[in-house]
Amino acid sequence: MTSSVVQAPAPLPPSRAGRESAEANRRRITRVALYLLAPTIVAMAIVVAYPIVISIINSFQSDFSGIDPKTGLFQQGGFVGLENYTNWLLQQCQSGGKTVSCPAGTNESQFYDSVFATFLFTVVTVALETAFGMWMALIMNRSFRGRGILRAAVLVPWAIPTAVTAKLWYFIFATNGVLNTVLGLHTLWTADLWASRWAIIIADTWKTTPFMALLILAGLQLIPEDVYEAARMDGASTAQQFVRITLPLLKPALVVAILFRTLDALRMYDLPAILTQGGGGGGDATTTLSILVVRELRSHIDSASALSTITFIIIFAVAFIFIRLLGANITGSEKKARKVAKEL
Amino acid sequence: MRKAMRVAAAGATLALTTLGLVACSSSGGGAGGGSSSGGGGTGPITYVQGKDTSGVVNKLAAIWNQAHPKEKVTVKQQSDQADQQHDDLAQHLQQKLSDYDVFSTDVVWTAEFAAKGWLQPLTGAYKLDTSPFLPSVVKTGQYHGVQYAAPSSTDSQILFYRKDLLGSTPVPTTWDEMMKDCSIAKKANIPCYTGQFAKYEGLTVNFNEAITSAGGTVVDDKGNPTLDTPEAKAGLTRLTTAFADGNIPKAALTYQEAQGLSAFETGKMLFLTNWPYAVSAIKTDGTSVVKNKFGIAGYPGKSAVGGHNLAISAYSNHKATALKFIEFMESDQAQKMNIQVASLAPVRSSSYTDASLTQQFPYLTTLKASLDNAVARPISPYYPAITTAIENNTYKALTAAANGQNPDVSGTLSSIAAAIKAAGTTG
Amino acid sequence: MSSTSVAGPATATAERPVFAEETLARVRARRRRAAGAAARTAIQAVLIVVWCLLPFYWMIVTAFRDPQYTYDPTPWPTHVTLGNFASAFDTSYGNYLGRALGNSFFICVVVTVIALVLGISGSYALARLDFPGKGLVMGFILGASMFPGVAILTPLFGLFSQLHWSGQYQALIIPYIAGALPLTVYTLNSFFREMPWELEEAARIDGCTSAQAFRIVILPLAAPAVFTTAILAFIASWNEYLLASVLSSDQTQTVTVAIANFAGTTPHVEPYTIIMAAGVVVTIPLIILVLIFQRRIVAGLTAGGVKG
Repeated sequence: MTSSVVQAPAPLPPSRAGRESAEANRRRITRVALYLLAPTIVAMAIVVAYPIVISIINSFQSDFSGIDPKTGLFQQGGFVGLENYTNWLLQQCQSGGKTVSCPAGTNESQFYDSVFATFLFTVVTVALETAFGMWMALIMNRSFRGRGILRAAVLVPWAIPTAVTAKLWYFIFATNGVLNTVLGLHTLWTADLWASRWAIIIADTWKTTPFMALLILAGLQLIPEDVYEAARMDGASTAQQFVRITLPLLKPALVVAILFRTLDALRMYDLPAILTQGGGGGGDATTTLSILVVRELRSHIDSASALSTITFIIIFAVAFIFIRLLGANITGSEKKARKVAKEL
Repeated sequence: MRKAMRVAAAGATLALTTLGLVACSSSGGGAGGGSSSGGGGTGPITYVQGKDTSGVVNKLAAIWNQAHPKEKVTVKQQSDQADQQHDDLAQHLQQKLSDYDVFSTDVVWTAEFAAKGWLQPLTGAYKLDTSPFLPSVVKTGQYHGVQYAAPSSTDSQILFYRKDLLGSTPVPTTWDEMMKDCSIAKKANIPCYTGQFAKYEGLTVNFNEAITSAGGTVVDDKGNPTLDTPEAKAGLTRLTTAFADGNIPKAALTYQEAQGLSAFETGKMLFLTNWPYAVSAIKTDGTSVVKNKFGIAGYPGKSAVGGHNLAISAYSNHKATALKFIEFMESDQAQKMNIQVASLAPVRSSSYTDASLTQQFPYLTTLKASLDNAVARPISPYYPAITTAIENNTYKALTAAANGQNPDVSGTLSSIAAAIKAAGTTG
Repeated sequence: MSSTSVAGPATATAERPVFAEETLARVRARRRRAAGAAARTAIQAVLIVVWCLLPFYWMIVTAFRDPQYTYDPTPWPTHVTLGNFASAFDTSYGNYLGRALGNSFFICVVVTVIALVLGISGSYALARLDFPGKGLVMGFILGASMFPGVAILTPLFGLFSQLHWSGQYQALIIPYIAGALPLTVYTLNSFFREMPWELEEAARIDGCTSAQAFRIVILPLAAPAVFTTAILAFIASWNEYLLASVLSSDQTQTVTVAIANFAGTTPHVEPYTIIMAAGVVVTIPLIILVLIFQRRIVAGLTAGGVKG
């Protein structure tokens, strides 16, 4: 019907002279792409790739091999292979020269609890933020008086710095705070097992829904009005229009939004660190993997590097599955796109 | 295309080489006796401490700068959160940077920083005379028999109580007496007692106080845990029983210093153990309804030692100046300004018998009583792991007790001991 | 104002000629439906505004509350004072909010502009050109968003200390650009792939260069995406805390670090009212920014685009 649904990016036309071979054309395209992408790649390499490489190298070392009994100073550690990783994954600790299962109260023993907390937060907050964000975007998309105010109001939660938001909600959720007072409750929002988790979820949803709403709203701009017009003339109901037209056409923007939100949620640090200090329940109900990394950094840098790498692998796996599952044409292979275009 | 590829390859090689050089030169790995690095000269220095809201440190710096125009001090203030101060110092010292010359350290960081080779030992050319200072405070700056940090300010917990509610009942001097007085709180329909029981460093302080007040110790001088004693068990049981009986309210599981103080100020607590800063807060806060109804006394048992020390960075280039600056900060003049402007308790023994000071600040006598009985928290280079071990397990036990479940005191203590052992020992 | 249903603008279908009474009835029914839909929209809009602004309302109430009544849970303004705002800007406490505001603004503008330029050119290449290793590049850019930020801190600090950049503006600008690029590139990429490239080709046939065609034809169509990404990149840089806390000095401190380091007059006591006042002050420029640009984040496709 409309050819703007899925576009196969057409190759650049041959040079005006028409004399260059296809091979030279391909090389020219690669060179142009290189120039366009080089600054981006260099910036990412310096800021992200280099620290990651250093971190991974560190993760195979040990900070200290012990204490010199004469001076009391730490002695330099060396290469220890996968020991840091097995400490985390298999819950092994060194105690008095022997390998034991990590006792409660060590950072290692909290690894799997942190994995659970991180995934819990990710799944629930992303689901809620997508749903609420979609709703907000649909309303923001309509034209009515005062929609500028609506859009500015929607962005307020996202605009407040996270540190301030966390302190604000810490304040709201205090035992004698305004929420308990207004609702007449005595919930220990920062200490109860599930109340603390819900506190984080509520605060994060409030803060981050605008991010999703904004990206979904941008995606809604791409859907031409005549598509809806035609559907209405064919007698489609509102719900049918939403499911058959809006959602599929929104898919590219939606996929990017959900993907990035998921990656961010898996690395959640600021909010639980300030709101509950990772506490709740028995003391660690809201400790995410990033909080665990920061705690470990205080005593063992190399062990913390191993944990960061493990976290990275977990996040990578999630992203991989995500992209595969949604069949999203994110990496934009041209052959695939042309195939899809042919089918339409 | 070939030219483009060559350019790209050259660029990539250049970038990678640079990164490689930087990486090699900055990879330090562990530590290994850093007292030989840096320089011992004189010159301008940078002094680093946590946020100072009273303005006293700027005043002191101005006085110093006027007297030492060639060795000016620049004050850098960090966040007011202890954890962030620790991490900021660790970041700079790990990289062996010379931008921090003198810094203020919490008393529990001395062993860790010293063992990592970050502190200049105060011996030989940098020897400091520690005789004018309180012995318990001097000890907090020592590690492995060597003085690594000099006292700067000290702190210890004292007892706050409601004068009007206690009436003629004598002020409790032990935990058991205090718990007996809880019947007064029940009659007045308010919670009885709180300290700091949120899962943070304050919990380690309160744990330390509970164990040592019952006659036990947490670790021995080699860093081995000593929690397998009936005294330690009695100490922790005191806390869990109080939570189970409701003498400590369940909400106390969320209390740091500020929240407990707020509960006491608004008249909702009979007893409170907190640091002496609270004295002026209770008198001036708008929400305080107990301004004239409270009294202070020494801690009912053995309190913990708080406060800060001053240390010279092992990587400083102007260590001689740094030492002179430390001596200045410990002088009588500076210590007097500390307490007058910033309510920081002095570290000189003579200050506590100085009539003019004790008249101006009556809580000094109470503080001295607590200090004389105070016990330091475990001194170990593995302190971050030790405090984690204590916080996590104690919090679990207290939560269980508050929820009416079995706190399993012996299990908790052996978990703490196991975690401390896993962290490492110095012997 | 025209009312809308879920998916599009007002239905303006051509009316088929019918008898007068039927027309009238139909018009009346449509108006009733429209009024109902408008009311539903209005109610939902109000709900959204309330949800988003309620905690902010509490922030404002606290910001205007006397610090001695910090823990007063009264939901409406009591003990109103302007003192917190004065204290927030008072430099004698060692808080330099004014300077931090200037730093944040400078850094965020630079970061947004550069990230947009790099992002647009990069995603153009990825969406439009086919070259070997494209998947690898996309994966590399995405991979940068997968490593916990807290673990990048120390090596980055080491690197910038070696370069003597720590405490200077570039120590923050470069990491922020790298942080904004993944989302920028991916969002713009997903939009560019939906663009009607035939228009660009038509422009090229008419004599424009690729760059001109891109700038004149495609970019305006992608304006909502570009402005949305710009706003998100700006706000993300404005709110970043971890890197700023480590890589900035007193001179280059951003607002997040300044607020996090706020201290009141007593130890162990966080000056909540002053922090909330600072938070309000710091949020207002962003709200103004959004109000200015909010019309650009929605834009219908121009009439005369590609149809059926």
